[in-house]
Amino acid sequence: MAAHTSRSVAKAAGSEAGPDAGTAARGPSRRTDGKAGGTNRPGLKRALATHWYAWAMVTPVVLVLGVIIGWPLVRGVYLSLTDATERNVGRTIGANHIEATYQFVGLDNYAAVLADPVFLQRLVWTVLWTVACVSVTFALGLGLASVLNREFKGRAAYRMALILPWAVPGFVSVFAWRFLFNRDNGILNKILDGGGISAVPWLDDPTWAKFSVIAVNVWLGIPFMMVALLGGMQSIPGELYEAAEMDGASPWQRFRHITLPGLRTVSMTVILLSTIWTFNMFPVIFLLTRGGPGDSTEILVTQAFREAFVTSPRDFAVSATWGVLILLLLMIFALVYRRSLRKQGEVW
Amino acid sequence: MTTVTTNSAAAKTPAPVRPRGKRSPLASAGLHGTLIVASVIAVFPVLWVLLTSLKPAKHAISTDFVKEPTLDNYRYLVESTSFLTWFGNSVLVAGITTVLGVFIAATTGYAVSRFKFPGMKPLMWTLLITQMFPMAILIVPLYNLMGQLGLLNQPLGLVITYLTIAVPFCAWMMKGFFDTIPVEIDESGRVDGLNPFGTFWRLILPLAKPGLAVTGFYAFITAWGEVAYASAFMVGDEHLTLAGGLQTFVTQYTSNWGAMSAASVLIAIPAAFFFLFAQRHLVAGMTAGATKG
Repeated sequence: MAAHTSRSVAKAAGSEAGPDAGTAARGPSRRTDGKAGGTNRPGLKRALATHWYAWAMVTPVVLVLGVIIGWPLVRGVYLSLTDATERNVGRTIGANHIEATYQFVGLDNYAAVLADPVFLQRLVWTVLWTVACVSVTFALGLGLASVLNREFKGRAAYRMALILPWAVPGFVSVFAWRFLFNRDNGILNKILDGGGISAVPWLDDPTWAKFSVIAVNVWLGIPFMMVALLGGMQSIPGELYEAAEMDGASPWQRFRHITLPGLRTVSMTVILLSTIWTFNMFPVIFLLTRGGPGDSTEILVTQAFREAFVTSPRDFAVSATWGVLILLLLMIFALVYRRSLRKQGEVW
Repeated sequence: MTTVTTNSAAAKTPAPVRPRGKRSPLASAGLHGTLIVASVIAVFPVLWVLLTSLKPAKHAISTDFVKEPTLDNYRYLVESTSFLTWFGNSVLVAGITTVLGVFIAATTGYAVSRFKFPGMKPLMWTLLITQMFPMAILIVPLYNLMGQLGLLNQPLGLVITYLTIAVPFCAWMMKGFFDTIPVEIDESGRVDGLNPFGTFWRLILPLAKPGLAVTGFYAFITAWGEVAYASAFMVGDEHLTLAGGLQTFVTQYTSNWGAMSAASVLIAIPAAFFFLFAQRHLVAGMTAGATKG
């Protein structure tokens, strides 16, 4: 399948496409001649004639991205360079319109946030939380997907049960877990009590709270990993396994040399995505511990939210500053990730 | 092709060659054991909330699985709160988001999967990078923008916002699904005189049903369970979605686990139903064999 997945990817920004280029722009290309059908000659008219339908297909997305994400992003960055708070932004109270009085302050907010030791604390815990969640989720998701990728009785029922955490809205699940984790009345401590173990302060002790938020996030994340990886496994041609079996490969060897390479593309995508999501995972932390006890489970995103909506007066500018810093961190991560993929010969 | 080994030997000797589709009793027990444990962990929290919702409110923290089962919590929810209004709002928003999101994501995913066009790579990276935007940076400016457009307190405002969350990821997923559909199918369509849109609409989209189901499911869940934007953009009891409505509810009845669990069950059921529907298409093996290798 690897041949297909890398098909749509230009080897370089130039006009030379691989022999595997997909449906070339003008009619079917013969897959042997090694040239893409639409070579990029200069000239907008030609480009339009060649690519108009591709552009037409992506127009809706470009519009959505531009208007609804681009503009607010620019404005968010601008806010981080001002001293905007709840008290000085323009607002309308009844019939009176109050003009905005906040001012441009340059990089002051950034200097203030970065000089604060809180930033480093949050960053370390956020990285730890992300790495722990993603690695555990991926390992368990891969394990369950490979178990489910066989024929046996009751497979559909198992799959239904395992995907349930994904089928239930996140805030409902988090509420359920709070209920289970409850120190005095929660079922988990009641069960431990039955086994003679004293109550565990799941959400009241900094270390246990960290463990608990990670556990809940893993529980929430596994179904997505499992489904994505299972989809990848089912697109690996069965002939490969048959051939390997004929050659006497053990199940482990088949997994190691057919399944894992076949899952490369899917894995790279889900790991990247789930890293980003986990980094920004607001609801789990916010609803389970409110960043507590104290501020021990506060990650960067919940900190930014706290600045804008919890503290009084609401500090929009500092919140936006945290937001921009988070974005920068993730972009650096994505670039490093991309570079390491390049090194392995995957061209994006 | 292979020799049939007896079961007792199969359990002991390392990796005997067994006919395809047969496994030793030991392996079978291990497989089912693993799955049962995993399934219990996956299902239990949800099940527990369901059971709690059927207990009288005063027994909400009881550890008995069943205790004086009653539907009082549900009756209270439907009769004494705006729950049904919130529910309707959520259905509307999540429904529109799903339909629009899947359509937009499918066209984009197809274009990116099949064509090389100027601007493709930047687009791919933009789709990816938008996943990184912390809500904290967008929520205040978006609030201003929606206010200027008069879309606050309108379902449409929320739909547009949710598209920004759902579409980039859905497009990525769709690209992956289209990548697994052999290009020969497109080519045969083009040979038969279909234009790219026709090929997409009549040949590829039907083959990509599993992908559509998965992305639709994702878009729905995104809209159904989003909390932050919903509570910021919608005010007033009749405009709230479930996520927003439930929050007013929590502050009001903090200790009322019973009513909360009943609401949770009613919120989770549609999501699970929608999911059941999508589940049938989740097996991506449909396109296998559509082309002769």
